[in-house]
Amino acid sequence: MIWRFLARRTVALLATLLVASVVIYGGLFLAPGDPATLLVGGGKPPNPQLLAEIHRQYHLDDPFYAQYWRWLTGMLHGDAGQSLSYHDQVSHLITARIGTTALLIGYATVLIVLFGVSAGVVAGLRGGRTATAVTAATTTLMAVPTFVSAVLLIWLFAVRLNWLPAYGNGTGLADQLTHLTLPAIALAVSWLAYVAQVTRSAVDGEQRAEHVQTARSRGIPERLVVRKHILRNASGPILSVAGVAVAGLIAGCSVVEQTFGLNGVGALLIQSAAKQDLAVVQALALLTVVAFAVVNTLVDLATAALDHRVPVGGAA
Amino acid sequence: MTSYQLASVVGRRARAARLRRLLRGKLVLVAAGAVVALVVLAAVFAPLIAPYDPNAVDPMAVSQGSSAAHWLGTDDTGRDIASRLLHGARPSLLAPLVVTVGAGLVGTALAVAAAWLGGWWDRAITAVLDVVFGFPGLVLAVVGAAVFGAGLKIAVLTLTIAYLPYVARVVRGSALKERNLPYVAALRMLGLGGGRIVLRHVVPNLLPLVLVQTATAFGYTLLDVAAFSFIGLGAQPPTAEWGLMVAQGAPGILAGAPQESLYAGLAIVVFVVACSLLGAGLSQRLTGGER
Repeated sequence: MIWRFLARRTVALLATLLVASVVIYGGLFLAPGDPATLLVGGGKPPNPQLLAEIHRQYHLDDPFYAQYWRWLTGMLHGDAGQSLSYHDQVSHLITARIGTTALLIGYATVLIVLFGVSAGVVAGLRGGRTATAVTAATTTLMAVPTFVSAVLLIWLFAVRLNWLPAYGNGTGLADQLTHLTLPAIALAVSWLAYVAQVTRSAVDGEQRAEHVQTARSRGIPERLVVRKHILRNASGPILSVAGVAVAGLIAGCSVVEQTFGLNGVGALLIQSAAKQDLAVVQALALLTVVAFAVVNTLVDLATAALDHRVPVGGAA
Repeated sequence: MTSYQLASVVGRRARAARLRRLLRGKLVLVAAGAVVALVVLAAVFAPLIAPYDPNAVDPMAVSQGSSAAHWLGTDDTGRDIASRLLHGARPSLLAPLVVTVGAGLVGTALAVAAAWLGGWWDRAITAVLDVVFGFPGLVLAVVGAAVFGAGLKIAVLTLTIAYLPYVARVVRGSALKERNLPYVAALRMLGLGGGRIVLRHVVPNLLPLVLVQTATAFGYTLLDVAAFSFIGLGAQPPTAEWGLMVAQGAPGILAGAPQESLYAGLAIVVFVVACSLLGAGLSQRLTGGER
């Protein structure tokens, strides 16, 4: 049963990704303008012979499906073509930057799990004033967009207090982590607030559940009640919302990298979109969609594995 | 104390608590509504209220702090920040309005069509929306900007598409339930056509749900539009727009002139908090849930 569920989700994932790749490639294929003209550059109308040569070299006259197929098989082999604006292999551009982005997302995930979940658990268990305070704080934080919190953090911690660097990547792991602290907080903060809220309400719901009250009335020590009855049952929704948060971080890191001048793939995506550098945008858009879809599918699978009430067999 | 007295005391206490809760809820709702109304009025009457032309540069008054002449100071080309915030409210509010209304209309139409026609149509519409759902809004906007060039119109179009599945998923579920209600069968038996039942009966019944969804989403849509402008894929300079203002003021932060970024950021946050409080309050009222 679980294997069938796994197989079905994998097939659905692959189908979605295939369609997404057609959409991404097709959308950019339809872009007005001749990429060859962009490649030659300059204001004068370029020499038609040169254009024809470039067309032949980059297979620009092939039909759509042939070009799409070449692109897709290239992508699967790690060859994403040439960037017209950076004059480099797209795969080089990406491998040089993906580490920073991965580190940033990892850092933000740690912050979310560490502070978001624990704030939610404490608020859910204590209730009363603590819960009100956490709810008020998280509601406000959720309305602060990433770019505004980024700007506020730079202003407060980099300019006024001068505690942490505001721009650049840094070198070496320790220095990199110092440089990534403010970006990671900016990236994490609104998701952290969201995770805290969901955690609070999940824990609060379990607190009131009959089986917990029964456990308490049977004199089971509070520590055990919390661990075995409340937290274990609340872990499903917490896990799934944390997964949604990680998927959100993948989409959100562009803004943060751009603001803090980090040399990551997110900033590269935005900059190449502004320059209309199609090869880079195609590769990175596909990469982002793949990461996003894989994380979402993993979360679904983990939720189903944790909670046996989620129907894994028949139609949902 | 007799049980009657006890009941009356308990009743009075419960009534007082309920009244307090209602008042508190109402106070927040009224305050949020007032903020939203003020900002909307400011956007509508910006040319009349704004003390300066939002694009008038003044080389003699660059990056100034607050003063009597410039209440919120000036930006790095000497433009009046207060005037730019007032004028900036127009695109900052209009763009997300177009997105939410557009996604609400098209999403509802698709969802109702899928639920009503069922079968192959339902599967096709749901599959297409699932693919869209797989794209983070930012990726769609980036692809749109790469194809057509960066601009607010493209950002609005791509965001509208990105929001469609969110609207359609919720509405489709309710439309399915609605379709199976006895009154629909009764109308059919009366000999009414499908189109008429859908337009005159089913859609009006779904309207409150769609409105609540749209109102709640508006604030978050505003954040998304502002974020696109911030990263350079939305409104383009010299337009006065809040997200773009945060970006343009960012270099000033390190130079000790953070006013443009901070005030524009503050405008966004205050307005969005007010919007989400208003949306939450309204949805509680409309759905009748008093929790």
